[in-house]
Amino acid sequence: MAEPATTRPKWIGQSMKRVEDPRFLRGKGRYIDDIRLPNMAVAAILRSPHAHARIVRIDTSAAERLPGVYAVVTGQDVRARMAPLPTFAVGPIYQDLLAVEKVRHVGEAVAAVVAENRYIAEDACELIEVEYEPLPPVVDPFAAMEPGAPLVHEALGSNVAYQRTFTFGDFDRDFNEADHIVRAKLRWPRSSGMPMETNGAIGDYDEGTGILTIYANSMNFTYFQWLIATSLKIPASKLRVVPINAGGSFGSKFFMHKVPTLAGFLSMVAGRPVKFVEDRIDHILNNDHCGSDRYYDVALAVDRDGTMRALQIKVVDDYGAYLQFGTGTHGNALAQVVGPYRIPSVQYELTAVLTNKNQQGAYRGFGSEVNNWVLERMVDFAARELGLDPVAIRRKNFIRPEQFPYRTPTGNIYDSGNYEGVLDKALALAEYDRWVAERERARQEGRYLGIGIVTAQERSVFSSTEFWFWFDQPGFPVTSSPESATVTIDPTGKFIVTLHSLAFWGNSPETVATQVVAEQFDIDPADVVVTYAASQRALPGTGPGGSRFTVMVTGALVGASGRLKEKIKKIAAHRLEVSPEDLEFHQGSVRVKGSPERALTLSEIALSAYMFKLDLPEDVESGLEASYTFDHPYTTLPSPDRKDLGVFYPFMGHACHIAVVEVDPETGQFTWHKYAAVADAGTVVNPMTLDGHLTGGTAQGLGTALYEEYVYDDRGQMLTASFMDYLVPTAMEVPRIDIDHQETPSPYTPYGIKGAGEGGRMMAPGVITAALEDALAPLGVRITELPITPAKLVRWIAEAKARGQAPTA
Amino acid sequence: MVEKRPVTVTVNGQVRQAEVEPRRTLADFLREDLNLPGTHLGCEHGVCGNCTVLLDGQSVRACLMFAVQADGHEILTVEGLVAPNGDLHPLQEAFWEHHALQCGFCTPAMLLTAYEYLQQHPVPGSDEEIREAIGGVLCRCTGYQNIVTAIRAAATKLTAAGPAPASRSVAD
Repeated sequence: MAEPATTRPKWIGQSMKRVEDPRFLRGKGRYIDDIRLPNMAVAAILRSPHAHARIVRIDTSAAERLPGVYAVVTGQDVRARMAPLPTFAVGPIYQDLLAVEKVRHVGEAVAAVVAENRYIAEDACELIEVEYEPLPPVVDPFAAMEPGAPLVHEALGSNVAYQRTFTFGDFDRDFNEADHIVRAKLRWPRSSGMPMETNGAIGDYDEGTGILTIYANSMNFTYFQWLIATSLKIPASKLRVVPINAGGSFGSKFFMHKVPTLAGFLSMVAGRPVKFVEDRIDHILNNDHCGSDRYYDVALAVDRDGTMRALQIKVVDDYGAYLQFGTGTHGNALAQVVGPYRIPSVQYELTAVLTNKNQQGAYRGFGSEVNNWVLERMVDFAARELGLDPVAIRRKNFIRPEQFPYRTPTGNIYDSGNYEGVLDKALALAEYDRWVAERERARQEGRYLGIGIVTAQERSVFSSTEFWFWFDQPGFPVTSSPESATVTIDPTGKFIVTLHSLAFWGNSPETVATQVVAEQFDIDPADVVVTYAASQRALPGTGPGGSRFTVMVTGALVGASGRLKEKIKKIAAHRLEVSPEDLEFHQGSVRVKGSPERALTLSEIALSAYMFKLDLPEDVESGLEASYTFDHPYTTLPSPDRKDLGVFYPFMGHACHIAVVEVDPETGQFTWHKYAAVADAGTVVNPMTLDGHLTGGTAQGLGTALYEEYVYDDRGQMLTASFMDYLVPTAMEVPRIDIDHQETPSPYTPYGIKGAGEGGRMMAPGVITAALEDALAPLGVRITELPITPAKLVRWIAEAKARGQAPTA
Repeated sequence: MVEKRPVTVTVNGQVRQAEVEPRRTLADFLREDLNLPGTHLGCEHGVCGNCTVLLDGQSVRACLMFAVQADGHEILTVEGLVAPNGDLHPLQEAFWEHHALQCGFCTPAMLLTAYEYLQQHPVPGSDEEIREAIGGVLCRCTGYQNIVTAIRAAATKLTAAGPAPASRSVAD
């Protein structure tokens, strides 16, 4: 690929206003539900009221008779015409678009109605008669592992979908030699991205050509669209997915497979365009991507002086009824399982359990946010048990700047970092020393003021090996995760950038592309237009996810720009009668180095490239466009024995968050005194949007820490199926967040950029937990589960008092 | 099929007439019948506030009102914030300037809620008061901070513009 410019960047690093914004500010966002095609019908779904039941009979006749209804389909229709949905799971865990023999969770789709409008479609759903034979549900993952437990998938013969212990480094030696073992059982409950816009798609099947067009707000259509074609039993070449702006994702639209497949299928059945957009209940009950739902039993081996020796994690993850992404969320955690610390060995035991709940998928952090919370909890427990300062124990164990690139025990590489630098900036930003003094004063006054600190990792730019290194004989050991870009200069000299995956979900792909192209060609950003290719035309792309997009699309843009610049120089050199090496790009022109008056504007060159073939060098074809597919710049295969997982997530961001809170022990409410965050995401492309990500991600992490939980009762009923029960933080709950940055460039990426989209949520749960625990330290409260609701805080305070204020040991 | 009823509303200064089923929500009416898709549906339970529009200058949840209930009233949607010549409203400019939107889905509701607040409080109160004012609209992207900053910045611009700022009240 071409080298990035060596001079000081002009546009990279600027807080450029987002080019995406005007359309959204005007209410012209063209989200999926804003799109209406001629003759389009609308679908609604009938969902299971049971967690686990056999479907005995479905009578759709009354629904079919309702005026305005075009089609009613059930699992039998799906079974007759479709293959099961795509899955990364190994083993007989199949998922149909609509349930066939039985339903496996409340909210699973049982039938779909296509009608003139949503009102009629929902009326018709009420007219469908389904006779269920309820089966005993399995809700608790530990009960699910008991012999004789009801089976979610009979063909699997067990509810344990996966179990294996991985050992990295000389674990037994390190663990046994350590002075002290810190132990804890920790619980991270299920939540999800919960974007304000739900998932949606429009299917438009053309019977004339046999081409199915699906408009969807899914993120990863170029990566996976052929899998959807396989489910629909149509040639992938005849499936055209058109990317549509997404109103938030946070994982919820990362390879969403049910909604687009459904819209496509219904369009083929109904013979007209069909839109299906989830309502909020659809989304909560049945979206593809609930977050992790984990039970941990953890041991951190430490020496008396605080040196961390070994980490043992045993985790049971309640995956729900299907296993769409396999256990990739734990692969993700293994990328940074030791955090920023020199922990030489790790043992990781994963048990993936199936229960009668909705499936898991991706949520900002993809499982690593949980590991961050767990590890930082363990470090705090270690500090307390050893009588060490929480800052000092972290500082003592940090990987040192001179140790990079650093190979972690699992095999993943950390590219670069300066963790003490981040820590020192954060301590200063938070006025840490002042708050330590304030805490002492508060405690003397009988007030419960606490300070939390986390120093944790944000891995960026995934490699797809994390999806399959779990298995010795993986079914589909994919190793690609590319991103592409096309740069076109039109005959008038204006730039068109084409992106090849659905990049927009609230991030800034168009602004990033504009900044990079403006940088590469030294042009006015206002001259750049960004567009998205539909799948039939799209080059390889993987879409946003795992904080990969800015790094990867920049690589693609730099590559495409390099190719295009070469062609421009060739044309200009021919016309100016100089050598291409003597030319440079300057403010919208190409000029001769040292004689700036000898120049051609890009418009002049563009016009000749399109219209004046005889002015071009003989071997230069007409037009001005170049594409580039940028593959992951640094990934390696796992070793056959899986003692080394290879390099799969090497661009390692880091952050330190510090929070100061004060708890009212009577009510369990608390007030914020301070929230400070310092992040190191390598070279910053756009400080303003990076801060936006950090602030928003922190607010989401706050929701995870304090409010959000998918609650199922012991019959598997969903108790939090609306925003009245699933509490998304409002402006009233989120504190002011002070932000600073450190830039430690990656040696392996264009411009030294690292990803940073998930950092806020990967840090906030840990720091909020730590601050609340520290506030209640005089009472001996130890926090081991989320969300930390006021009711729980009051209960823990009462329990601690009942224990006679005995300090935890 | 239930008999349709005539509805006459003034939306963004224009009189609009239509025949709708009594059960049709104001949100669907605006989005589909009047082709104003800037009003977004986030939950249809009246919680997320993403469908907020101004009815006679007061914020309402368009998902919780029927179109027939709006008969005879004046409505302002996000589309009506833009000046006739296409210029963005100072609030929209401030949201852009201060990165107060990411995915943009809650943005129309946030803008209208802020508009209502600034109509009532041309000089905004503390950050806490602004946060309370927008507390009825959920945003999942921004963490709200830049929205607060943008509202304050817009207020400064609007009040600096003189006693009769470029405000297009619904009555205009």
